Amino acid sequence: MFKAILALALTAISHGQIAVKADLLFTMAGDLKPIKDGVVLCGKNGKIRAVGPASQIKIPKGYQTLTAKVVTPGIIDAHATVGLSGILNSPKHDQEQLEKSSPIQPELRAVDAYNGRDPLVKWLRDLGVTTVNTGHAPGTLISGQLMVVKTNVPSITSMKDTLVPTSAVASTLGAKALSKSPGTRSKAIAMLRAELMKAQSRLLKIEEAKDNEEKDKPDANLRLDVLVDILNKKIPLLMNAQRHQDIAAALRLQEEFGFKLILDGAAEAYLLLDEIKAAKVPVIVHPTMGRPFGDLENMTFTLAAQLHKAGIPFAFQSGYEAYVPKTRVVHFEAAMAAAYGLPQEVALAACTIQSARILGLEKKIGSLEKGKHADLALFDGDPLETTTHTTGVIIESQLVSALAK
Amino acid sequence: MRSRKLIAIALAPLLLLPFFFSSAQESPPLEVKVRAYTNATIYPVSSPRIEKGTLLIKGDAILAVGPGKEVKIPADAEVVDASGKTIIPGLICTHSHIGSVAGGDYSSPIQPEVRVLDSIDVRNTSIDKARAGGITTANLMSGSGHLLSGQTIYLKLRKGNTVEDLFIEQPDGTIAYGVKMANGTNSIRDNGGFPGTRGKSAALVRQKFIDARAYLEKRRKHQKEKPDEAFERDLALETLADILEGKRTVHHHTHRHDDILTVLRLKEEFGFKVVLHHVSEAWKVADEIAAAKVPCSLIFLDSPGGKLEARDFEWKNGAELSRRGVVTAFHTDDPINDSRWFLRNAAVGVRAGMSRQKALEGLTLAGAKMLDLDRSIGSLDPGKQADFVILSGDPFSIYTRVLETHVEGEKVFDLENPSDRLFAEGGYGAGHNREASGCCFYR
Repeated sequence: MFKAILALALTAISHGQIAVKADLLFTMAGDLKPIKDGVVLCGKNGKIRAVGPASQIKIPKGYQTLTAKVVTPGIIDAHATVGLSGILNSPKHDQEQLEKSSPIQPELRAVDAYNGRDPLVKWLRDLGVTTVNTGHAPGTLISGQLMVVKTNVPSITSMKDTLVPTSAVASTLGAKALSKSPGTRSKAIAMLRAELMKAQSRLLKIEEAKDNEEKDKPDANLRLDVLVDILNKKIPLLMNAQRHQDIAAALRLQEEFGFKLILDGAAEAYLLLDEIKAAKVPVIVHPTMGRPFGDLENMTFTLAAQLHKAGIPFAFQSGYEAYVPKTRVVHFEAAMAAAYGLPQEVALAACTIQSARILGLEKKIGSLEKGKHADLALFDGDPLETTTHTTGVIIESQLVSALAK
Repeated sequence: MRSRKLIAIALAPLLLLPFFFSSAQESPPLEVKVRAYTNATIYPVSSPRIEKGTLLIKGDAILAVGPGKEVKIPADAEVVDASGKTIIPGLICTHSHIGSVAGGDYSSPIQPEVRVLDSIDVRNTSIDKARAGGITTANLMSGSGHLLSGQTIYLKLRKGNTVEDLFIEQPDGTIAYGVKMANGTNSIRDNGGFPGTRGKSAALVRQKFIDARAYLEKRRKHQKEKPDEAFERDLALETLADILEGKRTVHHHTHRHDDILTVLRLKEEFGFKVVLHHVSEAWKVADEIAAAKVPCSLIFLDSPGGKLEARDFEWKNGAELSRRGVVTAFHTDDPINDSRWFLRNAAVGVRAGMSRQKALEGLTLAGAKMLDLDRSIGSLDPGKQADFVILSGDPFSIYTRVLETHVEGEKVFDLENPSDRLFAEGGYGAGHNREASGCCFYR
């Protein structure tokens, strides 16, 4: 019955004007406290027209009304590989997340590999995930680029289909990135430094050419130009580092080269809270339900709570899984952190507005505020409870799912 | 530890004698403590939830469970106020790979002679973590990379020094275990001797069971005709013969609907006891599973896929099976799902339509039935072993934490204990095996 009503609603609102009423509306704006009996008006242009308590907002004529117990902004996965690491886990067919022929390949673009029609993208969308920062997986020193894309985009027909075509370059320190060469942690860092120094001198030449007409701009270089963009802070370097010595190495590199660093994984970050805070570096924490083996053997479910207490900005990720579950669900990971000391609204923020901030997209997505994208997730209870269902998902004013999943 | 257990077993018949007997002994009488947990929300599982309930235990067994008003607490009992807390039976994981368990090697696809008990490391932190997750009994299994990878072992997660300390004795004096089998993708490989197709997989298994039938017949004949002569044993066929005689249960890894039906066909042909494990596509053949009266042990993952045969995995498996009367349990498959998330499996089942009662059974009583241990564990009933878990709240809430785990009346996990908490939450040193965690070596 419920499904039938929503299916009807789905056909009726092709124009994309939806009013969403919520018993509890987490706008994730301001102090993160939810509004009781709130309303969000999703306008024709895909943006939020109004948001606030029901008593203050009149639902205009022609709007289709949906109701839910709890509504949040569309969930944002701050680091995924979905769309590249497909459901079948079949190499050469749907596993595009890691290319191992060379340890440093910043030129690999996520846009060239993303399959928005993979069933796992729909799986996440139906559960409320509306935006993913997805692309190349951890596993080599520099494995490639990531991009930010909405989960209702089936194909990348132009860069406009993404929110950010190159949102970060993925780098990995520690055991996962070691093979024949680099074979040790020290060698890995030496190789990275050498590569970044090449980019440094290239950047110098580019700038000299800018100031001096007699000097030629260097020829295009697919690989180094990406690293140049990292050095001039156009693209952040997302460094996966789990062990404390790898985190320290990432901070050391950041200090030497001055790039925009996002720490990724950071299983032992609780040992270096002061250092991370001093470096003003955000953290995209490993999935709370990641497996405690290898470089993650000392991981703790309290990491997010400890980062929160220390005042270090952080967000959650689904990460990359080689086997099962082939994709994790980012708000499930947030939920488990909430079970281990993280306040509920902070856990929600770390898969909505905080993720948007770390990705530099807080003006567009991550909270329900007038003028921002009308991306919403509807629930029949606390979004973090395992037993709660996602009852509707809206992306840019379009109802993209109504499954009660 | 083991010796204490042996003494307990040795004394058991004595305890049945009048008590004056003990006064004749030189050692002091065995003191059996009575402990009462009061004011708790109790889920006995075998009966409805009790508010403000009392759980009374004596030594390693449950003495009484019921509403506080009805359970009489002996004057000398130790009383623990469990107000605001929830007590459930110890969790039973029917499929786990904790304890660095290993089975057969890759020399052949069917290795019934291999015992996983010979590989268990009781000091492995994975066992501490399982206790932290509320698990009191586990079926430790070898992998699914073989058609038959070995004999499993059922363990009580007592604090033990050797694997023997964790064994479960059956009424006939043997230890409790099953046999791990698999079909589908995982057991198909390129190694010589391994099957290359599903048809070949089934043929190899059928041939082995036919061999075992002949072996069984030969053994019967030998015992009848030459009872004084030793029979030449074949370790592999002996295990299969035990299966044919119904002494051991087959724990069968299977995912796809057609693979599930193949298991049911083999069960029908050879008449063995089988539990279906994982059963990703159970929802497609739920009627057939129900008709075959075969129990299912399920895993809940956060997404389908990871391989072709798990592409159509659905959360609704639990609801579809349990509403057809199939005995339905859950398993962690640790490390696939961490033992500390075991309760969450059941919550996913509830999310997809399983009743709370059936989901609770799936963590406890249903698993006990699959391991043939429901006479002694799986629910909070007088006379059963005192295996229970104290929770901070509702069993299906993500915010609920395991506070204490008790096996046979002994506390094996306490969140308040810092070294136990390390295993419950993780942190520096949580990955190291147990002997290093207590003191200063790694700090």
